[in-house]
Amino acid sequence: MAYKRQIDRLPIIPADADEFNVSCHYCIVGCGYKAYTWPMNKQGGTAPSENKFGVDLSEQQFMESEAWYAPSMYNIVKQNGRDVHLVVKPDANCVVNSGLGSIRGARMAENRPSRVTGTQQQRLSDPMVWRNGVWQPTSWDDALDLVARVTAKVVMQGSEDDIVVSMFDHGGSAGGYENTWGTGKLYFDSMKIKNCRIHNRPAYNSEVHSSRDMGVDELNYAYEDYTLTDTIFMVGANSMETQTNLYLNHMVPGLQNGAKMIVVDPRRTLTIASSEQYAGPENVLHLAIKEGTDMALFNALMTHIVDQGWVDSDFITKSTFQGGEAVEQDAAHPAGLGSLDYAMQTCRTSLDEAAEICGVPAADIRQAAEWIAQPHDDGSRRKCVTCYEKGIIWGNDNYRTIGALVNIALATGNVGREGGGVCRLGGHQEGYFRPSEAHVGRPAEYIDQFLIRGLGGVHHIWACDHYKTTLNASEFKRVHKRRSDMVKDAIDMAAGGTREQVVDAIVSAINAGGLFVVDVDIIHSQIGQNAHVILPACESNEMNLTSMNGERRLRLSEKYMDPFGNSKPDALIAAGIAQHMERVLREMGEDAYADQFKGYDWETEEDAFMDGYGSAHTDVTYERLRAAGNNGVQEPVLGYEDGQLVGTPRLYTDGVFTRHGREDGKALFCAAGWRGWQAPGKAREQAAHRFWINNVRANIFWQNQFLDQDNDFVQDRYPHPFVEMHPDDMVDLGLNPGDLLEIINDNGVTQGMAYPMPTLKQNTVAMVFGSPAGSQGNVVNPGVNELVLPDYKHCWGDIRKISDATEQTRNISFKSHEIML
Amino acid sequence: MKCNRLVDAGRRQFLRGGMMATAGAVASTVMTPEQAKAQAQGLARVDYPANRLANVADLEVNEPLDVSYPDPDSPGVLLKLGQAVEGGVGPDGDIVAFSVLCPHKGWMMSYSADDKTLNCPGHHSRFDCESGGQQIWGHATSNLAQFQLSVDDDGEIFANGVDELIYGRLSNVL
Repeated sequence: MAYKRQIDRLPIIPADADEFNVSCHYCIVGCGYKAYTWPMNKQGGTAPSENKFGVDLSEQQFMESEAWYAPSMYNIVKQNGRDVHLVVKPDANCVVNSGLGSIRGARMAENRPSRVTGTQQQRLSDPMVWRNGVWQPTSWDDALDLVARVTAKVVMQGSEDDIVVSMFDHGGSAGGYENTWGTGKLYFDSMKIKNCRIHNRPAYNSEVHSSRDMGVDELNYAYEDYTLTDTIFMVGANSMETQTNLYLNHMVPGLQNGAKMIVVDPRRTLTIASSEQYAGPENVLHLAIKEGTDMALFNALMTHIVDQGWVDSDFITKSTFQGGEAVEQDAAHPAGLGSLDYAMQTCRTSLDEAAEICGVPAADIRQAAEWIAQPHDDGSRRKCVTCYEKGIIWGNDNYRTIGALVNIALATGNVGREGGGVCRLGGHQEGYFRPSEAHVGRPAEYIDQFLIRGLGGVHHIWACDHYKTTLNASEFKRVHKRRSDMVKDAIDMAAGGTREQVVDAIVSAINAGGLFVVDVDIIHSQIGQNAHVILPACESNEMNLTSMNGERRLRLSEKYMDPFGNSKPDALIAAGIAQHMERVLREMGEDAYADQFKGYDWETEEDAFMDGYGSAHTDVTYERLRAAGNNGVQEPVLGYEDGQLVGTPRLYTDGVFTRHGREDGKALFCAAGWRGWQAPGKAREQAAHRFWINNVRANIFWQNQFLDQDNDFVQDRYPHPFVEMHPDDMVDLGLNPGDLLEIINDNGVTQGMAYPMPTLKQNTVAMVFGSPAGSQGNVVNPGVNELVLPDYKHCWGDIRKISDATEQTRNISFKSHEIML
Repeated sequence: MKCNRLVDAGRRQFLRGGMMATAGAVASTVMTPEQAKAQAQGLARVDYPANRLANVADLEVNEPLDVSYPDPDSPGVLLKLGQAVEGGVGPDGDIVAFSVLCPHKGWMMSYSADDKTLNCPGHHSRFDCESGGQQIWGHATSNLAQFQLSVDDDGEIFANGVDELIYGRLSNVL
């Protein structure tokens, strides 16, 4: 029986309730919400004068009403030490979402920690240190002293290269300009940490190196371009499922204005199904290519467009490089870059060749080329907005494949113009401001392999859970646990000793191959099981947080409640580590090194913001962002005039491309030569196993599954990670809906729940990525590209039944996800 | 595309506010808002009316019947599914009733007899009538409000309560 909250009535927001700006911190779209708080023993009434909406709440409200909120939008939280009512509801005046709430963001209130209502009691409240065989809660000073002493000692006996750091680089959530600066200043300024990685990939690198090397920043458009365009060209993305309100509030109006939709994806997604409803099936083209063959498709599209003369010659002449090769292929550049002619020498692919490689009809590829670039009957150019995400970012041959896609946008002049753009759709919001990372190098160190090889002695982890979100995860977990257990054993053996004796024991264990692990997170994560010190962070709205969304829209999401327990903003935790490092290093007589840890006297997250982002963007302050509200300002900010921040709706409107740092301002084309499977081991694995194990996302918990593992509404729907399969494959393997299964290959094993999906191709499964209850990364091989970008998407395995459906899984709905109108 | 069996254009218009004048036509078994308010103010939970929705004999398998509960402003659907389901009532344990206002944005949903689901034309959320109104896929942050039913010896079907907050009202009984 479906989970029901049994709520028949909610407190009414009084007319004088406090109001706060909120950007949803879960996904890249950053929908605008308003938070309202008011004292416990006060309530609004149904009369218009008694409530925030000024309407008669004793009457039924109509569809799309602003004067309604769901139980998930309500909670009781602490504010300045007192319990208050909280409502967080979508903001109808935010241009991003126009009042639409997603299944994720509209649960922000419910997913706040509350000791009154009992929500999110998994949140960490106090620092913890491994002592006497368990984690013992302790003070910040005690925990940070241990972190600093071990870190300092390991650096002084070796070097900073013995410190390994996993750290988020994104906005929203617990990221944002405040927290990327806090961690960035610590690791890239006070220290020069080279051995670091980002939360979802095994190195410190860009996911879109080629686009940047070509001069094109990956977030160059405005969301309104989807409503102004002739064609939406979506690759390896499923925005109805993920960037939901970008799809509903911007792409759907575009489709309803007559735009065509092309989707490149091996499987039929909900974006395709819904687009057929909104636009009519005749205006939606699904190119269901064989997995990993995107580049061949793009090259054929490009070739056809060039041969038909559908390129934008003026744009190419004025804004792109003309002199043949500009950047040669080398260890840092997996493809050469240069002029259009230069790139075409490598990219040239016929429709028939691509049809053979990709497994789709040549006529469909021709149709796509026409929708992308064929001029209108009156001779005017066709506008096309191109968007892409993990299907190619985590796909085969990342650098060249993305380069081949950006080629098409450049050749057709669809960058920097209304109705154009070639952008990644994104996962988290952005919020990156750090000192230079040039010392990390390119290619960057493959950190997972570095740790697996036994290197590094101290691992600082910031809101990363490699148990769920890394590749080759089975081996990584085995080694990480073994090495960290050595240190736990050493601490246990040193029980009763002084701090100095315990530190000596830890360092001895490190020297014997152990790993000292510090985990900073909002919950006790799975990799946190290996930690020796756990530091509790808070997240957006428990602190003020600035981020920008997928159209570079910068907003301040305001603090409306206290951090849970003794948790703190990451920026202030980083400052605390720095201050303890300085103190400990002075005690050790290392004054010169200690001096590098000065400059962290921040009282608040705003201090950290002004120390970092504010130092380079002097027009931007909290006060001005607060006044800019949920519509904020699109970066880059150009100034402050007439009481408003002046932004930039879309990049490159002047036709000058700068992301690569070239002084000539010319964009480069990518010589994207097709070479089949790029990453080691993929071809062999494909040949050895029956099922392609695609990893996919689900709207219900995309970007907040770590919280939703403690949310009853979500756990009721998906008690186990779903593994969608064609029903005939299920019959073949003796699987019923809800049965538990395991996926096996040479890399490891993972488990999930069989979920029939008749629209899938046979011998293909779609498993949810990053589940706490079954990591798809367990079965992904270690193969990466030259710049250490993982190919999570290409993984093959065999499937075996574990058990019949459980009581939980038996009763959930297994009906088709596609709308039946 | 399936035809829309449940919802006619007039009812859609009603929810957009075009037919406000009809709101006075309250069935005799329904409490007036004034009565409900008087009771709600003194109790920890709202006091649901017991409203007759139909008789078992009125229902055909998989043919949706328009109802409303707890008052005429809250449209719903009464269904005989043809197969016993958890929470189902009647001699075959297969009679259920749900609000048809999508808990996402309050659009009126339509019933698909093909797979016994309620579907939102606005943003494509779907709810399974055979699984207690579980959201199959969609944007709502709750499963669908189900009307709690009972059947008396004469086959009269009564609604007696609701298990989720109905869209568009901060109290299920206004």
